[in-house]
Amino acid sequence: MAGPCLPCGTRPLGAIYFSAENTPPQRLVPGADGAEATVSPLEGGHDSWVKSIAVLPDGRGVVTAGYDGRLVWFDDAGKTPQMVRAIEAHDGWVRSVAASPDGRLLASCGNDRLVRLWDAADGRELAVLSGHESHVYEVAWRPDGSAVVSCDLKGVVKEWDPSAGVLRRDIATADALWKYDPTFRADIGGARSIGFNTAGSQLALGGITKVTNAFAGIGKPVIVLVDWEQPALPDKADQAADAAASQDASPEAKAAEATGVRQLLGKGAGDGVCWGVAWHPEGFWIGQAGGGGGGWLRFFRPDATEDFHAMKLPANGRGMALSPDGTGVAVAMADGFLRVYGLHG
Amino acid sequence: MASNPACRSADHALSRRSLLGGLGVGALGMCGGLAATPGLAEAVKSGSKRVLVVFLHGGVSQLESWDPKPGTDTGGPFRAIPTSVPGTHISELLPHTATQMHRLSIIRSLDTKNGDHGRGQREMISGRDQPAPFDYPSLGAVVAKTSTPTGFSLPGHILIRGAGTGPGSAAYLGPQFAGVAMNDGKPPEYTARPEGLTGEADRRRAALRSRFNDRFAGRRRTADTDAYTFSYDQALDLLDQREVFDVTKESVRDHDRYGSHEFGQHCLLARRLLERGVPFVQVNHSNYDTHFENFDFHIEQLGEFDRPFATLVNDLTERGLMEDTLVCVMSEFGRTPRINDRYGRDHWGTSWSIVMGGAGVQSGGIIGRTNADGTAVEDRAVDHGHVFHTILQAIGVDSLGEFHVAGRDHPIADPAKGPIDELLA
Repeated sequence: MAGPCLPCGTRPLGAIYFSAENTPPQRLVPGADGAEATVSPLEGGHDSWVKSIAVLPDGRGVVTAGYDGRLVWFDDAGKTPQMVRAIEAHDGWVRSVAASPDGRLLASCGNDRLVRLWDAADGRELAVLSGHESHVYEVAWRPDGSAVVSCDLKGVVKEWDPSAGVLRRDIATADALWKYDPTFRADIGGARSIGFNTAGSQLALGGITKVTNAFAGIGKPVIVLVDWEQPALPDKADQAADAAASQDASPEAKAAEATGVRQLLGKGAGDGVCWGVAWHPEGFWIGQAGGGGGGWLRFFRPDATEDFHAMKLPANGRGMALSPDGTGVAVAMADGFLRVYGLHG
Repeated sequence: MASNPACRSADHALSRRSLLGGLGVGALGMCGGLAATPGLAEAVKSGSKRVLVVFLHGGVSQLESWDPKPGTDTGGPFRAIPTSVPGTHISELLPHTATQMHRLSIIRSLDTKNGDHGRGQREMISGRDQPAPFDYPSLGAVVAKTSTPTGFSLPGHILIRGAGTGPGSAAYLGPQFAGVAMNDGKPPEYTARPEGLTGEADRRRAALRSRFNDRFAGRRRTADTDAYTFSYDQALDLLDQREVFDVTKESVRDHDRYGSHEFGQHCLLARRLLERGVPFVQVNHSNYDTHFENFDFHIEQLGEFDRPFATLVNDLTERGLMEDTLVCVMSEFGRTPRINDRYGRDHWGTSWSIVMGGAGVQSGGIIGRTNADGTAVEDRAVDHGHVFHTILQAIGVDSLGEFHVAGRDHPIADPAKGPIDELLA
């Protein structure tokens, strides 16, 4: 591909969807028995880069989200994907689109600080969810379809009720994912990747933390792990009381106990951002980092804070998709390649 | 104290041939030493034109601002939008500025051959190649010296900054033309009367100092003593005019129009200073040094820049100030057309853009052209030297002239360069 690849999605049958700057999104279908893969473009509908791709279940199509503010539906059942419809979805960039587990609904978010819900079948807008005060970077569905969560530039995480179209709660402020850099006078952060574990008991938010130079991307890739059954957000007095009551624990452990929020950092991780995060069906998290420290895949057990395995990538990754059966992971890379790695026990 | 020579002799003057024909002349009343210098009154005009520089620190991306290349490998994700000038498009990140482009011109062919921050800042603000064996006066100092009206008691060269580099050097023109900084938009330092000191006591104290100074100057006057005297006199003037620097005096409506954030407030302050005749105002906006996540950061920074800047241009026009105020938006360089592997753009001095308008320069124009992917200038390459000449000529200063300082002739601008004539036609 010309230029860096962007995030991608996968189908159980093996198709991988990805995009790359000015090139239309692509569908890659691996060839059977060693035959060459087939790559088909998803042409039309966008006049800017595609940032996010939602793959609807049961072959019901693919929806792409662009920096042009549009959502575009494709019928990909045939040999050549066909555009079905394009809608003006957000004012400014659409940063993420996600399909509900049953494929009936879509959630999208963007620079207009809104989360929007759509009928996946016909593109009707069902709800406009307001409350974020900065660009909304990521959106995801809980695996049982009961909730939509979103995270913005400043690490504010909200849970929305998709049936009623209302805010259910503020889950956590993942403030590790945000910093205002006073030298450059700019905000840096936000969730750059998002995912649930299968049970829906943990929410993972990938991004950058410990930033020392925003404009050079000097900071550490991190996964912020939020317990779904999070205690109510404590106020400062409660936090102080909790800290006094558990003086033997480390500050990080105290914070995790008080808020249900933990950070996963790779051992000796170089600088970068966690651009991809996914829960493996065998019970561990995969994070995909890229930045000044190069490209990495890192593997974390759900109860640990450091990785138990890491793999260096040949280039910076910019997005990741795990096959539903957990046997392969596709990483879209900045050198223009999409690389697929097998995951074998 | 080491100092550049200033106010030392009749030689410290702007030569007659440096003035454009037909302009008025008068004494430079703000500097006691200069005002006493024979012949200077004839050499320095009583200027009425002003310069506003908006300096986008760190190097704004030309591809995300004035020279978009949508749909190319280098163009990035943003689209180009039409402007108030038919056929002229700029980045979609500047929708408010797009409505003002009939009052501005774009120079799309800067080739400054430099990718160093410090050098770029010095070159763009001094119009000279750096490093050089010599310290050249900054644009603000030259404008203050040549265009400060007679008897004008405010500083002629003011920098409003939240961040970015400090005021430009006055070099051999002398410290009285160096920039006065309004850090974080606050009034210049040491311009408030200390608590416990009454106005009457202060006046008596100043009078005593003045008598001592006059007596000393009669025997051992130097550039340093004149500069020292000037700084005291200016501080006394500013004590009585502090509200000039008080942006809270502007209306609530104007605060809303410009925005409550730092750059909005600084633009409103710039309008206030220009309305009061300050010859040179520079507003820094920081920062654009986006080696990482160039596109996200340009949304953030240009999103802050766009509305206040467009509002300022509109206000200057509606208040009749634009015809006598040269407005220039510049950086130390542009950013690489190639997008790096962190979605950043790096330093690039080979083919980038600035914007200029007002003071009678051609508006709605585009000077120069880059190639399809923005990696090279295809037509009308210019650099900091040409820009410097153009700004000065637009406000009526013959940039091909010279300053005479301490027996030496100093070309006002780089004699190897000249103005961009198309803009001055």
